[in-house]
Amino acid sequence: MSTAVELTGVSKLFGDVVAVDGIDLAIADGEFFSLLGPSGCGKTTTLRMIAGFEFPTKGSIEIHGREMGLEPPNRRPVNTVFQSYALFPHMSVAENVAFGLRMKRAGDAEIAERVTRALDQVQLLLRADARPTQLSGGQQQRVALARALVNEPEVLLLDEPLGALDLKLRQAMQIELKELQERVGITFVYVTHDQVEALTMSDRIGVMDNGKLLQIGAPQDIYEHPTSRFVADFIGEINLLPGKVIDSATVELMGGQRVPAETDFAVDATITVAVRPERFVLFDLEENVPAGRNRLEGIVSRRVYHGDVFFYDIDTPAGVLEVKEENRPGVELYEVGEKMLVTWDSAAMTVVRD
Amino acid sequence: MSIDVRDTQTEVHLEAAAEKAASRRGFLLALPSWLYLILFFAVPLVIVFVYSFASRSSTGLTRLERWNLESYRRLFDSLVAEIAFRSLVLAIATTVICLIVSYPFAYYIATRRPLVRNVLLVLVMIPFWSNFLVRTYAWRVILGTDGPVSQLSQAFGGEPIRLLFTVPAVLIGLVYGFLPFMVLPLYAALERMDWSLVEAARDLYADGWTAFRKVTWPLSRPGVVAGSILVFIPALGAYVTPAILGGAKTTLLGDYIVSQFLAARNQPFGSALSMAVMAVMLAAVIVYFRSGARNL
Ligand SMILES: Nc1ncnc2c1ncn2[C@@H]1O[C@H](COP(=O)(O)OP(=O)(O)OP(=O)(O)O)[C@@H](O)[C@H]1O
Ligand SMILES: [Mg+2]
Repeated sequence: MSTAVELTGVSKLFGDVVAVDGIDLAIADGEFFSLLGPSGCGKTTTLRMIAGFEFPTKGSIEIHGREMGLEPPNRRPVNTVFQSYALFPHMSVAENVAFGLRMKRAGDAEIAERVTRALDQVQLLLRADARPTQLSGGQQQRVALARALVNEPEVLLLDEPLGALDLKLRQAMQIELKELQERVGITFVYVTHDQVEALTMSDRIGVMDNGKLLQIGAPQDIYEHPTSRFVADFIGEINLLPGKVIDSATVELMGGQRVPAETDFAVDATITVAVRPERFVLFDLEENVPAGRNRLEGIVSRRVYHGDVFFYDIDTPAGVLEVKEENRPGVELYEVGEKMLVTWDSAAMTVVRD
Repeated sequence: MSIDVRDTQTEVHLEAAAEKAASRRGFLLALPSWLYLILFFAVPLVIVFVYSFASRSSTGLTRLERWNLESYRRLFDSLVAEIAFRSLVLAIATTVICLIVSYPFAYYIATRRPLVRNVLLVLVMIPFWSNFLVRTYAWRVILGTDGPVSQLSQAFGGEPIRLLFTVPAVLIGLVYGFLPFMVLPLYAALERMDWSLVEAARDLYADGWTAFRKVTWPLSRPGVVAGSILVFIPALGAYVTPAILGGAKTTLLGDYIVSQFLAARNQPFGSALSMAVMAVMLAAVIVYFRSGARNL
């Protein structure tokens, strides 16, 4: 697979503010790549540098092997879907979608045909003559998408395109977007601060913090094997337990419990052990726990009903653990104040630097 | 069921009462401006309207006896047509020049950081701090035969330039005087611009100039329309500037109307002229607004 977008040592400074800090990144052709990170971490700035609205202070950006340098946005083979949609309010929906083709001096017949096809694709053919302000948020979002896609760009850049939509619509659009991307086969670079969105839609995710790209990987990689405390904490719910390294195969949790874990860290280094709430299984004190599972004795301090799941807060010597148990028939419920065993598999545990 | 109906009726009553109270409050708030407008605008306007149909006696006194259309007939004199045409050309030229000068400047201000922006806006408004008459007399010095413009030309070995009392002098004075009225609405329009729209245009393969033509310009049109009206209308009726910087051969509608009232003491004709100018302005504004609004 060839590389669609390649960033090498890209940094961006605004005065003293380091918005992007030495990013190396290669995005494959046809890939759905998400940049995920908290507010202000530099996602938008990275995207804007690919689009050509900002230029890197350092480093190089290549699109399909072509160095972009100081090329203005209109001479880059990419299109952007803006967070605020940025639809032209003085033009109809059809004129908005036709804009790029007009600028490229396509013939009238071709424009008409492609605009119709693009609007059909986003199910807005009937609203072709409406003004953007007459449309709902979701419809505006689809116009913005059609306006970009109609140009058949090599790479489509999307900056939190679903950020302004309510949850239901957002979930529907996530599916639509993903299907669309698979159908047209265009490379998507998708900026979001919503981890669920990134996990469900992406082929690969790049997690950013403070201008740095901390980890790149498939959704499952990122979720199951975070390499840093930040990534572990940012993606999904997770228990972070302080501990220290005993030897290359053992770590000690707070309270003295030793558990087997592979680490590369130096002996005595303070580390954090990360375990997802759904990876714990609760057992009665006298119950037989399958061999090989780590166990901690604890007392239920809180139980919260979430419909499909129960959340427990459990006091243990290693700290308060959050445990998520599915609300299935046959799963035993524990009451507040009850003593029990919290168990987990070492494979479900990640040791990260503090 | 009957309870429901009664409830709805009570609600309707309450709603109507609330609406009434709100409109009463609104009326009270607007009362001072209503009184002001009626006293100082509507009443004088009616007086001018009535006087435009008055007659002059042989001794030069103005008499209201019957609806005399004589003054309106005089509007079609060739002298009036000449003055009106000159005024119109000058007002249009003033508006166009103001627009050409102001647009880049307003664009520049609107795209600066907030601090710089405020400083520049204050600079635009500084001229208002001194009297308009004084400033116009200053132009008399600048444009005079031994003023800096003329001296500069002589320093380079040219002829002394006499701009004062010519049409260009009046034009310079008008542009100078009305420039802020163009800059401010343009700035207001550009300041509200959503620049991500320009970025979207650039992203869709428009070069800088095309993005301006297709996005920035059409979206700043309300400012262009407002500024043009604010400049065109006072320029058409301008009196002070042409009186100070213009000569006998550059009479404009403003000084012509004044001279009818003061020098010729022909109040009916002066009134008729005023009414005609007002009607033309009103028509022009309506047409201009319509054409502007359609493209917004
Ligand atoms: N034009 C600019 N001038 C100065 N600082 C800027 C500019 N644009 C961004 N920054 C700064 O760079 C950093 C990264 O901003 P960026 O917009 O890329 O964040 P983001 O990850 O997109 O955040 P969000 O999720 O809130 O959109 C922030 O600290 C921001 O204040
Ligand atoms: Mg952003």
